[in-house]
Amino acid sequence: MSALLATPQPTSTWYLLLGAVLFAIGALGLMVRRNPLVMFMCIELMLNAVNLSFVALARDLGDISGQTAVLFVLVVAAAEVVVGLGIIVSILRRRPNATADDLSELKG
Amino acid sequence: MLDVVWLIPALPLTGFLLILLFGRRLGEPGAGYLATLMVGGSFAVTVGVLIDLLSKNAEERAHVETLFSWVPVDSLQVDLAFLADPLSITMCLFVTGISALIHLYAVGYMHGDPRFSKFFLYLNLFVLSMLLLVLGENLLVTFLGWEGVGTCSYFLISFWHERDSAATAGKKAFITNRVGDWGFMIAMFLGFQAVGTISYGGLNAAAESGALAESTATGIALLLFVGAVGKSAQLPLYFWLPDAMEGPTPVSALIHAATMVTAGVFLLTRVNPLLEHAADWAPTLIAIVGLATAFFAATIAVAQNDIKRVLAYSTVSQLGYMFLAVGSGAYVAAIFHMVTHAFFKALLFLGSGSVIHGMHGEQDMRRMGALRVLMPVTAITFIIGWLAIAGVPPFAGFWSKDEILLFAFAKSPVLYVIGLITSLLTAYYMTRQVIMVFFGEARWKDQAAEHGAHGDATPHESPGTMLLPLVALAGLSVVGGFIQLPFADELHVLGKWLHPVVEIGERDIHGTWAYDNKYLLLVIAAVLSIVGILAAFAVYQKRKVRAVEPVILEQAWYYDRGVSGFMGGPGRRAFDALNWFDRTIVDGAVNGVGRLVRGSAGGVRKVQSGYVRQYASALAVGVVLLLIWFVVVRGIV
Repeated sequence: MSALLATPQPTSTWYLLLGAVLFAIGALGLMVRRNPLVMFMCIELMLNAVNLSFVALARDLGDISGQTAVLFVLVVAAAEVVVGLGIIVSILRRRPNATADDLSELKG
Repeated sequence: MLDVVWLIPALPLTGFLLILLFGRRLGEPGAGYLATLMVGGSFAVTVGVLIDLLSKNAEERAHVETLFSWVPVDSLQVDLAFLADPLSITMCLFVTGISALIHLYAVGYMHGDPRFSKFFLYLNLFVLSMLLLVLGENLLVTFLGWEGVGTCSYFLISFWHERDSAATAGKKAFITNRVGDWGFMIAMFLGFQAVGTISYGGLNAAAESGALAESTATGIALLLFVGAVGKSAQLPLYFWLPDAMEGPTPVSALIHAATMVTAGVFLLTRVNPLLEHAADWAPTLIAIVGLATAFFAATIAVAQNDIKRVLAYSTVSQLGYMFLAVGSGAYVAAIFHMVTHAFFKALLFLGSGSVIHGMHGEQDMRRMGALRVLMPVTAITFIIGWLAIAGVPPFAGFWSKDEILLFAFAKSPVLYVIGLITSLLTAYYMTRQVIMVFFGEARWKDQAAEHGAHGDATPHESPGTMLLPLVALAGLSVVGGFIQLPFADELHVLGKWLHPVVEIGERDIHGTWAYDNKYLLLVIAAVLSIVGILAAFAVYQKRKVRAVEPVILEQAWYYDRGVSGFMGGPGRRAFDALNWFDRTIVDGAVNGVGRLVRGSAGGVRKVQSGYVRQYASALAVGVVLLLIWFVVVRGIV
């Protein structure tokens, strides 16, 4: 059985690369999209990209702390979803087609 | 009686409060007699304290009575404390004694005034302040009294404030005094900074022990002298005193002749150890300023026609003598002259008040004359006062002036000669006044029709309440000089009494040429006074010589006009420039800081655009930059 045919074993580098790609997509999306709901999903994407990196590194280093951090991030993300979605829904209810750029009343 | 020394100022305070509360109900003459009684009570207590002090040894004649701690701030501990020693009790004796007489006189003089009780309210407040001034054991208590007498002086000069000139004169006196008060305050600060206390005991002890540097002692002494110059109307701040004559005559007699204006001399005597340890030029400067004032004011008095202004300039001149004495180290002579001057100058002022009262408010001596027949008691007492101030033996002024001249000679013959010329001028202008008022022809008859306030234009003698103080003061002016006679050391009663207070500063002139020839100097002084009197007699009575009264002297060397011209012109512009500087440069700097912050904040504000995506981009750029920095610059992988 040649090395080429052998199923490649995923290493932690793969996971880290995937995390980086996901993070970049999230960050880019946050910067270019105007729909608040989509921007919100981009933030979630970034958070989960970081979560993936935490878990991969925790396994790699044999340290449980990384996985603990993930639990914290999940809790924070859940809280954020509650507050953030509440705000976004109430905004969209008042101004159905609002983009993020329209919400600039608090500028200095 | 020593522990009730606080009663001396407390009694006028009681009088002040009673008149303040019940003044209107007491009315005339109740308020006047109440005020007189309170000051008389003070005098009685002072006599009691004096007897107590006399029963002690000379060295133990100083008693500090602390009432309470007034300003307890860390190392600055100031008590409201009174010092009863020979100097303060001497001052208290003549302040309360003469005040009581003048209060009594004022009962008659202020008759019919609509604000009768208010006048006595101020008078009692004045006596209270003056007693605080002399009894204070530290500079702050003295300063309280110092400001108090200044304020009362302002109230009383402008007592008839319906008259524009009186209101202006009051302001002038107050503002001029503030210039001097500045010196007093700085002296207090300097004393506290250098010694850590402002009590006289502490300051004088520091000067004696040498703990105080000579330069600091000079600074404190001269700054106190600045205060004294303002309060005692010396050059260059003398010009408020002649204007102060706008006040009622009892005020001129009490405040602007006998008591308040002597406060400066008192203060310098109180700190004589400081002056002794100051640089040598400091006392010399004081002597020169005093003598210059004495001479300057005497020349002006020669050409004045207002009966009170002559006396005002004469007061300035006599105060100059006292500063000459202080500068010559003759503290006893200064106090001696202060006492005799208080007697005869109060007498002269009250006499002039009696004349003004009898003339229905006329003050111009050119409209008087031959009043001796109509006002015999006033005339006789005024003549006694005249002889005393002119320096005719054996009246009081002769002895005190002679002692000052003796010390001046021991310091420098130049001082003596100018002092002697001044005493000649004094005799001259006082004789001129007496002749113009009481002798010659009656020049008031042609003005008779204009006046007639009482329905009868003829001048009349004053009531008994006014004459009694005149007689008492005349008696004192005759015998007042006997408390310090030059013939033997045993006759130096005042000198022995004051010795514990002034022993550091008092100059010993035994063995100098002046002391060995003191009888010669006595004779010269007496002869010169008589020459002055005869000269004035020849000019104004016999009319053998034409009177020399140049306009420049009548206008007081244009000094007053010069000061107001300067203050109104270049001075005003200088202060306008200062004002501009303050508003543009100082305020500009402060406002500029504010404007700068506001401007830059306005710029920074724009960063907060409200576009969430921009914030996100900024964050991303920041993270990337941080990463680059960590990896490339710090080398952390």
